[in-house]
Amino acid sequence: MAQSTTHAREATTGRAPSEAAAPAGPPPRTKKKAPARVPLRHRLRRDRVLLLMVLPALLLLLVFNYVPLIGNVVAFQDYDPYIADNAFQAMTQSPWVGVEHFRHMVEDRLFWQAVRNTFAIFAIQLTLFFPLPIALALFINSFVRPRVRAVAQAILYLPHFFSWVLVITVFQQMFGGAGLVAQVLRDHGHEGFDLMTDPGLFKFLVTFEMVWKDAGWGVIVFLAALAAVSPDLYEASAMDGANRWRRMWHIQLPALRPVVALLLVLQVGNALTVGFEQILLQRAAVGATASEVLDTYVWNTGLDNGNFGYGAAIGIVKGVFGLLMVLGANKAAHLMGEQGVYKR
Amino acid sequence: MSVLNFGIKPGSRSGLRPVWEEPPTRAGLATKGVTLTLVCLAVLFPVWVVVVTSLSSVRTITQTGGLVVIPRGVTFVHYQELLGGGQVSRAALVSVGVTVIGTLFSMVVSVLCAYGLSRPGSVLHRPILLVIVATMFFGAGLIPTYLVVQGLGLTDTYLSLILPSALNVFNILVLRAFFMGTAQELVESARIDGAGDLRILWKIVMPLSRAVIAVITLFYAVGYWSAWFNASIYLSDPDMMPLQNVMQQLVIKQQKPTGLSQAINTGHLSPLAIQMAVMVLALLPVAVLSPFVQRHFKQGMLTGAVKG
Repeated sequence: MAQSTTHAREATTGRAPSEAAAPAGPPPRTKKKAPARVPLRHRLRRDRVLLLMVLPALLLLLVFNYVPLIGNVVAFQDYDPYIADNAFQAMTQSPWVGVEHFRHMVEDRLFWQAVRNTFAIFAIQLTLFFPLPIALALFINSFVRPRVRAVAQAILYLPHFFSWVLVITVFQQMFGGAGLVAQVLRDHGHEGFDLMTDPGLFKFLVTFEMVWKDAGWGVIVFLAALAAVSPDLYEASAMDGANRWRRMWHIQLPALRPVVALLLVLQVGNALTVGFEQILLQRAAVGATASEVLDTYVWNTGLDNGNFGYGAAIGIVKGVFGLLMVLGANKAAHLMGEQGVYKR
Repeated sequence: MSVLNFGIKPGSRSGLRPVWEEPPTRAGLATKGVTLTLVCLAVLFPVWVVVVTSLSSVRTITQTGGLVVIPRGVTFVHYQELLGGGQVSRAALVSVGVTVIGTLFSMVVSVLCAYGLSRPGSVLHRPILLVIVATMFFGAGLIPTYLVVQGLGLTDTYLSLILPSALNVFNILVLRAFFMGTAQELVESARIDGAGDLRILWKIVMPLSRAVIAVITLFYAVGYWSAWFNASIYLSDPDMMPLQNVMQQLVIKQQKPTGLSQAINTGHLSPLAIQMAVMVLALLPVAVLSPFVQRHFKQGMLTGAVKG
């Protein structure tokens, strides 16, 4: 899912929560279809206004989500953008090379480097980022005053609406070579602090930025789940002598379990997509060895170096494995008795 | 700052805490208060430094050796220079234009689509929904999408910043779930009175869904305002670039703004404060608008899950 529109979506709604609540797959068949005795022709006429309303959205998705699927043929071509004036004509005229690009991928050390970096960043995010919104939600939920909670939420949600360019520039001004931390250290005689260009710490820096931007936003879903817990449960357990920590362990954490499972499924399913825009923006500062992930490698080979066919081939591999991981993670959730993204 | 004002005396009943709950200890309250304040400061402090530095004079910045934490006087000279024409003011205008037009377009298409799919039992709505939801599971990939946009002749036009990323399927599903939740009796009675679907949508369904429409509008608007990647691959003319891309050039790549290098070299302007001022321009709209919609976020985030 290394596609530009997907990334714009992430910017709009935030990755985890946006997809968290997303219903997926066919909706449950609760409504029976209209009785068969009304002919399709009449039903089409009856609902023609509704169909017309859907049309613009359908066209947009068709052109920018379905037609590009066909464009993946360039992965089997030695695509030459200059062979014709138009990309579509160039696609029909470029020579076919079969699975040459995929064969090349197996031997491509840079590709495997990108795979390694992708999984390393995913693992760090899973351990360092994922638990934070849960902890933060329990923390905010422990404040009883609505005003305190509202103000804290307003402040914590704010960075989610900042663009990645802004977040990275803010980090640069704080932790960069000319940033505030370096400035304070320099005043005390320590030279050369620069977190932004350190390849060894890059994967943690990326996670740190993500925490600053989205940990607060991730709280919403968990706070909603906590708000749905019946106060009777707390009261009954308090009567039975459970202190606040035991109540958290026996009531609040079980209440969060389905949401955690859902977000975990989405996180694992999305493992191959680890912050494309964010990493691309910092690629030049730390070098490709530390920062190249699958998405940026597609961008680099395909758009920056003009090897469209190879870039598309990597994109296909990533897309197919990404889909398999979504389905696999769902399967695992079902086996553990959780709901997952879609129903069985 | 009201975060600091907890006001709860240890052992007192604030009326909000249930009677069965053990009264908080003084140490516990203090720890919680300090922690929450620190967490909030982690968000606010960097923003504060950026804003203060952008409002500082060249002399203050030279005296403090860079970033300014404690303000010493306020000057708008850097904003005046940036907004008085030239690269940054043009980029800001581009961003405003793309955001306003794009958000309007996205909302119209999304609301129409959501309403069109919201009536149970309408013809074909199930297969259409499947086609729409399926796009959440696969992405065609960066390269093929780029080739399609190029093949359609959209590169080097502002349409390339709007059309490819105009729709967010999740947003459509949230709107649809909300529309399905509006009172069907109202809709039915309006239909019996002879109202068409457009009129029902405009006069009944949309006014009843104001909260969710506000949230989704904000989501779309923030998406357009924050976007830089599409501009970086689809546009080649530097004069067409939106604010985020110009900010990337000025701050991340440390280039000097075109037309202002004279003023920087003579010490009239501080390059650091100019960077900060551009950052403030980028964060101002979202920081001002998002708190207004905040109380509806939960609805906007969760409805889709309940009723998809």
